[in-house]
Amino acid sequence: MSILVNKNTRLLVQGITGREGSFHTQQMVDYGTNVVAGVRAGKGGEWIHGVPVFDTVQEAVEATGANTSVVYVPARFAADAIYEAADGGIELIVCITERIPVLDMVKICGYLDAKNVRLVGPNCPGLITPDEAKVGIIPGSIVMPGPIGVVSRSGTLTYEVVYALTSRGIGQTTCVGIGGDPVNGTSFIDVLQMFEADSETEQVIMIGEIGGTDEEKAAAYIAHHMTKRVTAFIAGRTAPAGRRMGHAGAIVEGKSGTAEGKIAALEAAGVRVAANPDEIVGMVA
Amino acid sequence: MNLHEYQAKRLFAKEGVPIPHGDVASTPTQARAVARDLGGKVVVKAQVLTGGRGKAGGVKLANTPDEAEALARRILGMNIKGLTVRKVLIDEQSPGIQQEIYLAVLIDRARRLPMMMASAAGGMDIEEVAETAPEKIFRVHIDPNIGLRQYQTTYLASGMDLPQNLWPDFHKVAAGLYAAFLKNDASLAEINPLVITGAGKLMALDGKMSIDDNALYRHADLEEMRDVDEEPPAEQEARLSGVNYIQLDGEIGCMVNGAGLAMATMDIIKLFGGEPANFLDIGGGAKSDQVATALRIILSDPRVKAVLFNVFGGIVRGDEVARGIIEALSQIDASVPMVVRLLGTNAEEGLRILEEANMATATTLSEAAQKAVQLAKGVQR
Repeated sequence: MSILVNKNTRLLVQGITGREGSFHTQQMVDYGTNVVAGVRAGKGGEWIHGVPVFDTVQEAVEATGANTSVVYVPARFAADAIYEAADGGIELIVCITERIPVLDMVKICGYLDAKNVRLVGPNCPGLITPDEAKVGIIPGSIVMPGPIGVVSRSGTLTYEVVYALTSRGIGQTTCVGIGGDPVNGTSFIDVLQMFEADSETEQVIMIGEIGGTDEEKAAAYIAHHMTKRVTAFIAGRTAPAGRRMGHAGAIVEGKSGTAEGKIAALEAAGVRVAANPDEIVGMVA
Repeated sequence: MNLHEYQAKRLFAKEGVPIPHGDVASTPTQARAVARDLGGKVVVKAQVLTGGRGKAGGVKLANTPDEAEALARRILGMNIKGLTVRKVLIDEQSPGIQQEIYLAVLIDRARRLPMMMASAAGGMDIEEVAETAPEKIFRVHIDPNIGLRQYQTTYLASGMDLPQNLWPDFHKVAAGLYAAFLKNDASLAEINPLVITGAGKLMALDGKMSIDDNALYRHADLEEMRDVDEEPPAEQEARLSGVNYIQLDGEIGCMVNGAGLAMATMDIIKLFGGEPANFLDIGGGAKSDQVATALRIILSDPRVKAVLFNVFGGIVRGDEVARGIIEALSQIDASVPMVVRLLGTNAEEGLRILEEANMATATTLSEAAQKAVQLAKGVQR
């Protein structure tokens, strides 16, 4: 088993004709993901990497039965793409696009909650269930099937940890990048819940960073509801307060959201926290 | 992007929030003229994008235009937390203040909604209030589809024990602040203090606003308000080329893709006894010219004694990064040693390019960080 995506995923790519969309569609197809359609208004009827392109999500869903979408469209069109996917009947939307305004995300999240549509991201690397489905940009070469569930707010830091796991022969059920924006669709708790319920996931690795309170909330959830072992890493111990570290999300606001606070909350919940991402592998082995 | 007090207050005033009469001045003579027009009794306030202006002596009362001019002369050019004061705001004084209130709108990340916070303990550091007397802060969440409702501001006003006759005015101020927040894609809009004047009126004496950088593309008017004088030149160059760069005090320059990995790289450098010279995220889809710019920016810091590249390709391709590094090195005289770690999409091709150029490479993050720390210690510049 796995969470969110698997071999039954019927993937639709929004922004399939763009530079990133096209490049990563090829990678997803090569990985064996069931990419059934692409959408780009005005390019309906074309084919890209063996995938039929439609003008609208609705047409794509009607023609192909797509149930999951991945969004690569540029930031200023991304909100529209997400609404279109939700209205077109997509159940899971994975948004890779970064730099979507926060107030747009506030409205999007409210809308998707009301429609019961799940969004992963934005500003995230997507997710991958090894040997089944790659939805997003996580390199397929660094994962392998196995018992570890990985959830992370960061993109490349996730690769770092997953690569180390795979190099040591430790596989993963699903790796989920939830994204680093202040307002996003899926939280740590959402994913922890899914891993807790997934019969194949034996342990979970959680990668957080400074800013916000998602890690602290996850710690409270872990303490009360998780039976599976959780190992964590928090990035940003050396980040100066009050400065925005790239991610809109990665900022220490005064006393809240510091790495120290998050690590203390996680350790109090029985989570082992690594000081260095290279250590994590040894802690789950 | 943070706005100056006078910019924020003007945006609030546009939405009906009462602010003191006043104007900005960048010379003592201008300050005198503004003070004269306001009747002489004014407050002279340094306009810099940092807190603690009052403590630093950047906010002073003047009773005559002459005093205002003298104070402006003293405050203009003053250095407050590393920033030079280039403008002062001259506001009329508000005598007989009865009460100071804190009022702000920001995004509550956990609830994924804008939240208005109000406290009768205004004028103070609100984080301190939150820590020592959390019951003094009242909060309401705002659904953007419904807007800020009267019952919500009534809840805030009654919670703060605001005199009942001021509730309607408080609602107008709160609604104005929320409108300014929403229209300008702010991530924070704050009035601290919102005062009850001697005449019993509400007035925003100070204002602060941060604009969501990701929304600036639809606010050309706000982008024009950016005070580039307050931005370190290297950070400005980075911003214009789409690179996230923050200068720190260490000796190891870092170029990393992804904010999380960039922070982890800084952390691990410190773990192995080094100090990061910067945070630098080349972002998603970085092209070779962006990498070249990023390297130039890192090397413009004379404290940098070694550079660590840590690039894990997902959306960024390893060969693009490698070409960027080579291209940058062909333009810059780089005597600083470098360690490159490249993994992920097209990493093999990237490494081949780098090895052909005789660059040091590393496999694990620990190895890369240790090498960089050693190189930095062995080099005198």
